[in-house]
Amino acid sequence: MDLRFTAEENAFRERMRDFFTTQIPADIREQVQRGEHVSRDQQVAAQRIMNAHGLAVPHWPAEWGGQDWTPVQLYIYQDEMQQNCVPAPLGFNANMVGPVIAQFGSDAQKKQFLPATANLDIWWCQGFSEPGAGSDLASLRTTAVRDGDHYVVNGQKTWTTLAQYADWIFCLARTDPGAAKKQQGISFILIDMQTPGITVRPIQTLDGGVEVNEVWFDDVRVPVENLVGEENRGWDYAKFLLGNERTGIARVGVSKARIRRIKQLAALEHVGDRAMIEEPHFREKLAAVEVELKALEMTQLRVVADERKRDRALPNPASSILKIKGSELQQATTELLMDVVGPYILPYDDHEHGSNEPPVGPEYAAEAAPTYFNWRKISIYGGSNEIQRNIVAKAILGF
Amino acid sequence: MDFDLSDEQRLLKDSVDRMLADRYGFEARKGYRAAPEGWSRDIWAQFADLGLLGLPFTEEQGGFGGGLVDAATVMEAFGRALVVEPYFATVVACGALLRHAASAAQMEALVPGIAAGQRVLAYAQVERQSRHSLTAIMTRAERDGDGWRITGEKSLVLHGDSAETLLVTARSAGQHRERHGIGLFLVSADAPGVSRRGYPTQDGLRAAEITLANVPAEALGDPAEALPILEQANDEMLAALCAEAVGVMTAMHAMTVDYLKTRKQFGRAIGENQALQHRAVDMYVSLEQARSMALYAAMMASDPNPLERQRAMHAAKVQIGRSGRHIGQEAIQLHGGIGVTMEYAVGHHFKRMTMIERGFGDTDSHLAALARLGGLIAA
Ligand SMILES: Cc1cc2nc3c(=O)[nH]c(=O)nc-3n(C[C@H](O)[C@H](O)[C@H](O)COP(=O)(O)OP(=O)(O)OC[C@H]3O[C@@H](n4cnc5c(N)ncnc54)[C@H](O)[C@@H]3O)c2cc1C
Repeated sequence: MDLRFTAEENAFRERMRDFFTTQIPADIREQVQRGEHVSRDQQVAAQRIMNAHGLAVPHWPAEWGGQDWTPVQLYIYQDEMQQNCVPAPLGFNANMVGPVIAQFGSDAQKKQFLPATANLDIWWCQGFSEPGAGSDLASLRTTAVRDGDHYVVNGQKTWTTLAQYADWIFCLARTDPGAAKKQQGISFILIDMQTPGITVRPIQTLDGGVEVNEVWFDDVRVPVENLVGEENRGWDYAKFLLGNERTGIARVGVSKARIRRIKQLAALEHVGDRAMIEEPHFREKLAAVEVELKALEMTQLRVVADERKRDRALPNPASSILKIKGSELQQATTELLMDVVGPYILPYDDHEHGSNEPPVGPEYAAEAAPTYFNWRKISIYGGSNEIQRNIVAKAILGF
Repeated sequence: MDFDLSDEQRLLKDSVDRMLADRYGFEARKGYRAAPEGWSRDIWAQFADLGLLGLPFTEEQGGFGGGLVDAATVMEAFGRALVVEPYFATVVACGALLRHAASAAQMEALVPGIAAGQRVLAYAQVERQSRHSLTAIMTRAERDGDGWRITGEKSLVLHGDSAETLLVTARSAGQHRERHGIGLFLVSADAPGVSRRGYPTQDGLRAAEITLANVPAEALGDPAEALPILEQANDEMLAALCAEAVGVMTAMHAMTVDYLKTRKQFGRAIGENQALQHRAVDMYVSLEQARSMALYAAMMASDPNPLERQRAMHAAKVQIGRSGRHIGQEAIQLHGGIGVTMEYAVGHHFKRMTMIERGFGDTDSHLAALARLGGLIAA
């Protein structure tokens, strides 16, 4: 056993850091560091730079832009990206639909979609959840009925992240309502958002932003070529998709970057005559989170090291641990930032509605409460922390 | 010992509850917030009709002679409904300050207008670097004939944008952070030299940044020794906030239990999972702890021994903060996606709870202060 990185791995880390800190525009990274959303254009710009250097989709098959890296290299790449506040390549593209198309799609689909997906020429959104199908995704009711060489899609999706930016949506829809089990009879279908019959309604989240949407399908005609893989096998592809993001979900690098920022800001804020960062109690609170984060990082590395021995098509139940702890720690950092900001978390900066006034209080205060509110989502989406616990209970503890 | 409300208090509670049930649904509240001032003058008039605006003042002063339990009863109901009108600013905060600081003549000039709903007040205390301190005051008060002139900048003034009258803390003597030298002053919001910038707050209320440039003012009480009164009034504000928080938590807990019973996934109510029942039970335990501590706060806020009073208020705010955070985070989590949207009530309660937890001294600062005072139990 040797827990240290090899000399090659350390050199690789240097290379990644150098790339991220010199090639990704500083304004984008600073915006991420401040905890602000990046715009569609900024997301596209960052991903295209990465793609031009072969770094947008390194985990894909080599013929579609992948790098054949070891799991450790992939981990280092992600860690450096997160620690240096680089917006990750759009998850719907890089981690969700891309790998599914690469694995199960037709040759025509691969040619049509994969290069454009890697380069974010197509912005994808994920049409899985429905009002009645959240944790119980398999109970989804959107239907796709075959009519000649088209499917006719009807139904409603919800919580569709950034559908307002999306060019295409990948959907789960029911193609065989008579199937014996509800997981059977579901298909994985790609739909152009410009198709007539699609309506997008924004849903405002607690931070005041518009990040999720309802998407309605009313007799939407989709060419049968847009079916991925086989009809009625969509559930298998969805499971593959959801199991694909294994280690990145802990977002240890994101939490590290936030703790760095919290420390910088805590040197500026004063409690009485003393800088906040000098307060023993505050330092202990920070240190306690840092301890847990280190433990999580080591856990993540164990999962990464284990990857080589596992069947890559099967989700690793240990990734549920990463999701649970990783989300809790990310949320903990948002509370620490509010501790630092103090009373100035109160003003609501209405810049999305055209207010050009300077922020009330220190400029770093405005994002503290919205981020805390918004990041409650991290323990809800992508399989809630309760569902993750169910997975661990069943798959690891054998209940 | 009697934890039951008196007949009069029950009547008060029923009338407030009834009014809020009729007039203060989720959609109605949205409408009130959209009004130019960010709250409803019409609702304010109804509060006046119910006698709520004169509640803390004696009958001779033109009020109804309510005590801290009455105030807590109203605030708890307001917390459940997330009332956005300037009741805390005008009646709770400024009401307490006036009761302790104002002369009979000043009361006579102000209270009838407050009770009738014609005068909104705001308490301008916080300054840029003051955090939660009552003594970190840089705003200056200079004598000017019989009166005073105030110069300085006040921040995070709740409802400071719609108030007609401001109660401003300022230094007439002493150094920054010194206990001596602080006064409380009455300022008309439209006096020359007052400029205000109003803005919405994270929890759907309003606040303002206020600049005072040589503004004429009248002293309320001793212009250099107001601190004990500010502390007394601050503790009454804390007691009222604790009560409001209990209302907020009660609503979040009730919504969550209801949601667990009605939301179906995997063919049954999600609340049939015992894991989730236990989470709801833990929230309930937190809620009852908070409710008890809010009662303790209402009882102790008028305790004649300032040290005992302050210990109690620190303790209450710590419990309220912890319970509120626990209940709020769990309420959102157990609602799933719908919990993080503006379209559903629970998230708005969560935001209000967060601001109560972190306003008027956050949990850590109250815990540290209580620890400095040796805790609650003598060795
Ligand atoms: C900000 C945000 C963005 C999202 N983006 C997308 C997107 O782009 N595309 C998409 O398809 N979906 C998206 N989602 C949806 C997300 O995946 C769902 O919210 C999630 O699956 C939970 O479903 P639900 O909201 O219906 O909650 P529910 O499933 O109704 O759950 C409510 C509560 O019950 C718990 N629960 C449910 N079942 C059980 C059980 N068996 N045992 C124990 N506890 C249980 C849950 O953990 C939760 O606490 C997004 C959600 C959010 C909040």
